Amino acid sequence: MVAADTTNRSQSAANDDISQDERLELWRLQVEIRHCEQRAYDLFLQNLVKGTSHLSLGQEGIAAGFAAAMQPDDKSFCTYRGHAHTLARGAPMDAVLGELMQRDCGLMRGKGGSMHLTSAEHGVMGSYAIIGAHLPMAVGSAWRAQYMGHDDVSVVFFGDGTTNIGAFHEALNYAAVFKLPVLFVCENNLYMEYTPIGQITAVENPAADRASAYGLDSILIDGNDADAVFRTARECIAKARAGDGPSLIECKTYRHSGHSRADPGKYRPPGELERWKENDPIKVYRARLAEFGIGEDVVQRIDDEALRKVDEATETAKASPLPPEEILTTDVYANGGWAWRN
Amino acid sequence: MAELTMVEALNLALARAMADDETVLVLGEDIGRDGGVFRVTDGLIDRFGPERVRDTPLAEAMIAGVSVGLAAQHMRPVAEIQFMGFLYPAIDQLVNHASRLRTRTRGRLTCPMVLRAPFGGGIHAPEHHSESMEAMLAHIPGLRLVIPSSPARAYGLLLAAIRDSDPVVFLEPKRLYRAPREEVFDSGEALPLDQPFVLREGDNVTLVTWGAMLKETLEAAERLAAAGAECTVIDVATLKPLEMAPILESVGRTGRCVIIHEAPLTGGFGGEIAARLADQGLLGLLAPVTRVAGYDAVMPLPRLEEHYMPSVDRIVTAVERVMSFG
Repeated sequence: MVAADTTNRSQSAANDDISQDERLELWRLQVEIRHCEQRAYDLFLQNLVKGTSHLSLGQEGIAAGFAAAMQPDDKSFCTYRGHAHTLARGAPMDAVLGELMQRDCGLMRGKGGSMHLTSAEHGVMGSYAIIGAHLPMAVGSAWRAQYMGHDDVSVVFFGDGTTNIGAFHEALNYAAVFKLPVLFVCENNLYMEYTPIGQITAVENPAADRASAYGLDSILIDGNDADAVFRTARECIAKARAGDGPSLIECKTYRHSGHSRADPGKYRPPGELERWKENDPIKVYRARLAEFGIGEDVVQRIDDEALRKVDEATETAKASPLPPEEILTTDVYANGGWAWRN
Repeated sequence: MAELTMVEALNLALARAMADDETVLVLGEDIGRDGGVFRVTDGLIDRFGPERVRDTPLAEAMIAGVSVGLAAQHMRPVAEIQFMGFLYPAIDQLVNHASRLRTRTRGRLTCPMVLRAPFGGGIHAPEHHSESMEAMLAHIPGLRLVIPSSPARAYGLLLAAIRDSDPVVFLEPKRLYRAPREEVFDSGEALPLDQPFVLREGDNVTLVTWGAMLKETLEAAERLAAAGAECTVIDVATLKPLEMAPILESVGRTGRCVIIHEAPLTGGFGGEIAARLADQGLLGLLAPVTRVAGYDAVMPLPRLEEHYMPSVDRIVTAVERVMSFG
């Protein structure tokens, strides 16, 4: 249905189907995510973020492309690599950074952390750190919409490693059988944690090549091209909203950093990262904007504003107090904390 | 008022909950047209339609995960797992997600789902169809664990579980599914969760149990009464979170406690109750707290089933032992 065209991205302004405002929005989202993820990394080095974090550096085009195509009521389900999607849906940046730093101003006031970002008011129905678990949840969300007559669409993001776990197949089958309004979006960054996905998967394209098993179109796109992502997202969301069922979309991309904070990524062959950095979504999109005649001053101003926003959010988050100790035992049950019966 | 079996009472509660609240959905394997392996959902699809009573693929992780997704958005799914032995693929959803949404999001997301599963032995079923692994579930913070032991309590507790804002695992003792019968009034009134039921009063020994073992426990209490030992019988009903007050109050009076469960002894939930009695009621005890439980072995095939499950004789012997102290 959607042709993957990674070689020839250029097209003339005459037949372009993406407006200038949409392009500037896609740019803003990508640079905000880029600067914020770089800041998250820096904050780690400063020991202000504890635990671990999984960055989307290099994968910004996917989060931006989908978020720009979604309506406010649409629902996102993310993995532990979820900062980008949460920011892209409009969750406040200070609350995102605050959650990473486990501050009281955090999205979940310091109880969820980097891997569990949730902002229901922005449609982010959670980030889930157990592989595959959130795909059935997104199916449940879509069943709710179908049954209640709501017209929102659920979009679930996951990595290439997820395509080999049972829940992936169970969720796709169920969504296809009942034609549920849900998009399954595989961010194929070529590595299942440290292992090349091709080495342990029976097919070349871990998601797209499985689509036919569920009667779905095989969709493989360049995840580093926000325009391509946006077009596909727009089309599949419209299809789901019209009652024509789910889509499975594989976006090829590459993470610039390791799997997590602890991973220097030494398992990657020499030169691979450098080649993919030539295909960096930010670099690609800066050239795209120039190609469509958008002035460098406008482009740079958005970039500068993004960095300023990250600086302000960082200071707000740093100034926020740590959460009180009592959160340890509250919100365990509806009628109180764990201690109420013990 | 009608005399109903537990299956009929559960069916009545499901129908009442669905009629009262359009957000209640029922899902599971064979639960629609077929009405479920034990017929608990019989007729619901005709009354409420396939949009609300949905036959699912055979995929327990998905059944539980879809339920979490529904519940996190203000629906009230009631999922059936055919037998407790088939529950394990769904454990990730219960442990890592359903039980944690509220606490992780500081109450912004909640998970008002019910996961029903028949459990326990005594119906001559093969392996994986007879086990009692409730202690495993009682270990999970944020999850409620409810086990009815009569048709009327099944009706009231299932309504309570569906209306509760937290995830509930509702284990149904299938040995009690079709007998005994009990009068059940379709009042729409829920029974309280977190409240053990005192079913018989006696001053000599406190017998604490849940699920199908209530049958043997009550029989043992009858036999002991004839021999002059009066027992209090407590059905715990909600294992998690556990309300100890009625148990402590009774044991404070009797000074003796025997805990009876079908599940294997080691790591069984009886150990938790015994530990709390030691912690909070030790000075009132006249005898050691004793457990009568299944053996630390796999629940056997039908021909050995009756040797595995605690018998009236074993309960009576345990009571006679605690009566021999002081």
